[in-house]
Amino acid sequence: MLDLGTQDIESTAMPLLPILTILVLAFVNPATAQSVDAEAQTVKIALAQEPPQLNNMTATDQVSIFVLGHVMEGLTRYDRRGNLAPGVAERWELTEDSATFWLRKDAKWSNGDPVTAHDFVFAWRNVVDPKTASQYAFILYPVKNAEAINQGNKPLTDLGIEAIDDLTLKITLERPTGYFLKLTAFVTTFPVQEKFYRATGSAYAADSKDILYNGAFRISDWVHSASLKMEKNPNYWNREAISLEVIDAEYITADTRARLNLFIDEKIAYTQLDGETYKDALNNQFRIKKFVTGSVYFLEYNYRPERITHNKKLRQAIQAVFDPDEFVNKVLQTPGNLPGASLFPSWIMGVNKPFRQEYPAVVTRPDLAKAKQLLREAKAELGLEDIPPLILLVSDSPTATKQAEYMQGMLKTKLDLDLKIDVQTFKQRLAKMTNGDFDIVGAGWGPDFDDIMTFGDLFASWNLNNRGRYDNPEYDRLVRKAMNSNDPEVRMAAMAGLQTIVHEDAIILPMYEQGVIYLQHPKIKGMRRTVVGSDPDFTYARIVP
Amino acid sequence: MLKYTFGRILSGLVTIWFIATATFLAMHAVPGDPLMNEKATTPEIRANLARKYGLDKPIAEQYIIYLSNMVQGDFGISFTQQNRKVNDIIQDHFPVSAALGILAITFAALGGILWGALTALYRNQLPDIIIMFLVILGISVPSFVFAALGQLLLVNINQWFDISFLPVAGWGTFAHMIMPSLVLGLGTMALLTRLMRSAMLEIVNEDFIRTARAKGLSPSRIFFQHQLRNAILPVVTVLGPQIAAITTGGFVVELVFAIPGLGRYFVQAVQQLDYTVIMGTTVFYGAFLVFMVILVDIIYGFIDPRVRLK
Repeated sequence: MLDLGTQDIESTAMPLLPILTILVLAFVNPATAQSVDAEAQTVKIALAQEPPQLNNMTATDQVSIFVLGHVMEGLTRYDRRGNLAPGVAERWELTEDSATFWLRKDAKWSNGDPVTAHDFVFAWRNVVDPKTASQYAFILYPVKNAEAINQGNKPLTDLGIEAIDDLTLKITLERPTGYFLKLTAFVTTFPVQEKFYRATGSAYAADSKDILYNGAFRISDWVHSASLKMEKNPNYWNREAISLEVIDAEYITADTRARLNLFIDEKIAYTQLDGETYKDALNNQFRIKKFVTGSVYFLEYNYRPERITHNKKLRQAIQAVFDPDEFVNKVLQTPGNLPGASLFPSWIMGVNKPFRQEYPAVVTRPDLAKAKQLLREAKAELGLEDIPPLILLVSDSPTATKQAEYMQGMLKTKLDLDLKIDVQTFKQRLAKMTNGDFDIVGAGWGPDFDDIMTFGDLFASWNLNNRGRYDNPEYDRLVRKAMNSNDPEVRMAAMAGLQTIVHEDAIILPMYEQGVIYLQHPKIKGMRRTVVGSDPDFTYARIVP
Repeated sequence: MLKYTFGRILSGLVTIWFIATATFLAMHAVPGDPLMNEKATTPEIRANLARKYGLDKPIAEQYIIYLSNMVQGDFGISFTQQNRKVNDIIQDHFPVSAALGILAITFAALGGILWGALTALYRNQLPDIIIMFLVILGISVPSFVFAALGQLLLVNINQWFDISFLPVAGWGTFAHMIMPSLVLGLGTMALLTRLMRSAMLEIVNEDFIRTARAKGLSPSRIFFQHQLRNAILPVVTVLGPQIAAITTGGFVVELVFAIPGLGRYFVQAVQQLDYTVIMGTTVFYGAFLVFMVILVDIIYGFIDPRVRLK
C-alpha cells in the first residue's frame, strides 16, 4: 500500500493531487459486465422513468405496467406467440353472463403461500372501491355491479365475484362481454393477498419488499430512481419455461440520447429511439427495428354548441385538405408511423381478419376545390364573413408543437383559415380539454385492452374521455349494440357503422398511427412487442451465445 | 456575536416562511387540476382523491394544515407516487444530489482558484487570453450542452480504446460521479476563475506585496503566501450560495447521467402539479440555501469583525 502522507509534497502540486487520485481510481475501476450475458442469462436495460405505481390495482402508466407484467400474473396471460394462455387459472368456462376459473394448485406467492381465489376477490373489490380511486376501475365494469359500486351506489360485497373454494373463482357479468377473458391478463385484474396488503398499510408496493410477487420474476433490488433489478422467481409455477435469470434495469432516465449512448457503450441491450437519436443510430450502423404501438393520434373537435367547430361543413373542409401521407412523411419523419385513416388502428382484429381489412376505411385524396366549397357553405350556415381564428390546444412537447405548426401553415395557405396554437403543459391541457376550452385539440388514444371496443366507445355521449362532447344518438346506439352482443359478426358490423359515422361526420381528423423505432441487441431472442399490457415483454426471452 | 447569530437565524426563519407561503400561493394559482389524468375519472373518484389529499377543504384551511404539518417536519404523501412520503423522497435523494454537488464544488473551487491565479499571473499574455476565453464559454454555455458533450466524449473514449474508462451514466460508484460533477461544476468554476482573477489583480498592486518583493522574497513564495491567501476571501463568500445552487440545480445533469438525485423530483413535480412534492422540495431547498447563506455570514463574522459591526 502506498503511504502518501510520508512524502513531502510541494505545495504547487496540491491542487493537482485530488485530480490525480481520481484519475487513478477511475482506471482501476473494473470493466463492468456487458449488456447481455448468455451464460448467466442476464439482460441489462434502462427504464424511461421510475415506476410511479407498482400497486397493480392503481397502476396506469407504461413503465409500471411493464414491470408488473414481469413480476405478477393474472388468471390468464399472453404466451410467447402473443396468444392468450392459462396463467394462475388452469382452465375456465365462459357463458353469456358468467365465467368460472379453476386455479392451478402450484401457483404461489413469493412468500410461499398459494395464490387463491380469495386473492382475486380482495383485489377486484379493492379496484372498484371508490375509496381506492383507481383510474382503471372501468376495466372491471363488465363485472356485475362494478360500475354502481365504483360510483358509491352499492356495497363492495355486491361485486359479481365469488370464491367458491380456494381454487374456484366465479364471476357474474353485467352484460355479455366478448373480450372479458382478455381483461384477466391485464394488470388491474391481478391478484393481491389481503393479509400482506393489510400488513404493509399504506406503503403497499412502495418498495421491493412491500410487494408479493406471483409472476415469472420478482424484484430483488429497487433503488428509487436509480435501478430496478428483476430476478427469476423460484416459486413461479412455470419456471421451467423461463430462460432469463435477470432483467436488470440498471439505469433510469427519460433522456433518449443518454440511453442511446448507453446502448453504444454496450451497457444496455434495448432502447427506443426518437426523431433526434434516429440519425445517430443510423450513423452507428445499428439495425433499427420498427413497431406500431397501437395508439392512434388525431385532432378532436369541440362540439359544444357555442363553438364554431360544431359546424360539420367546417370540419369536413379541414378533412378535405388534410393529407395524412404528407403529414407522416414531412412532419413526423421517423419511420414506422402509418398515415391516419380511421378511429380504429390497423392492428385491431375483426371477425377473422384485422378489422380494417374486413371493413376498409374510406380514404379520400385531398381535394382543394371541394374543401373551398365546403368552407363557403360553412360560412353561409354560420352567417359569418370570415371564420374567426380557431384555437388549437396542444401539449408542450416539441413534436406536438411541430405538428400544430404544420396544421397552422397548411390551413392558412390552403383555406385561409387562421389557427391559434395554445401550448399547455400536461395538467393544464387536461384541464382545458375537460372544461371545453378549445376548438380543436391534439389528442391520442392507446388501447387499454385487446378489443375494438377500447376505441369504439370513445365518442359515446356518456364517455368521460369524449372531451369535445360529441353527442350522436346513432353513434350511441351502435356502441350499445356492440356492447350487448357476444356475436363477432354483429359487433364488427356495428363498429363498421361507427367507422362510417366518424368519417362522414368528420368527428375527428385521424393523423397517424404511432410507430416507434428501437434498437435491440442481436443476441436477445424472443423479446415480444405488444400493443396492450407489458411492452416489451421479456418473459420468454433468452440470450443466445 | 451571539446576538448577531440569533438575528441572522431569525431572519432566516422568516425567509423560509415567506418561501413556503409564496410557493403555496403560486402553486395553487397555476391553472390545471393536480388530480386530473389522461384517463378521465368520474366526479366521485375525483372527490375521493381530493379528500385523501385534503384538497376538498377551503384554501385558507389547507394553508394552515400545511403550515402546521411543515413545522412538525411532515410534507405528506406524493400525488404521483401515492404510496411514498415526500420526507422519504427527500431523505433518499438529497444525499445523492449533495454528494454530486460537493464533488462538483470541489472541482469548481480547485479549478477556479488555480485558473484564476494563473490568469492574474500571466495577465494579458497567452495563458490569460486562452483561459478567459474558456471562462466566457463556461459561463455562457448551458449545462445540458456540457452534459451531452461530456457523455459523448466518454462513449467515444470507451469505443476508441475499447476500455471502460468511465461509466457513461448511472450511479453507485465513485467513477460514476466524476464526469457529472465535472460538468455540474464547470459553470461555477468559470465564475470563480473570474472572481479570483480580479481579486488577485487588485492585490498585485497592494503595498504589502511591494514590500515583500522589496524584501527579495521569491516570486513563488509571494504568490502562495501573500497573493493567494488574500485573494481567496471573496471566493469563500460566494462559495456558500454556490454550494446550495449546485446541489439543487443538477436537474439536467441528473437526467442525462441517470442519477437518482432530488433535482429530477423537483422539476417533474412542477410538471405534474404534484403539490406535496413541489412544497416539500421547494421549502427544503429554500431552507438549505438560507442555511448556507447564514453559515457564510457567521463565518465571515468571525473572520472579519467589520461585518459584525455593520
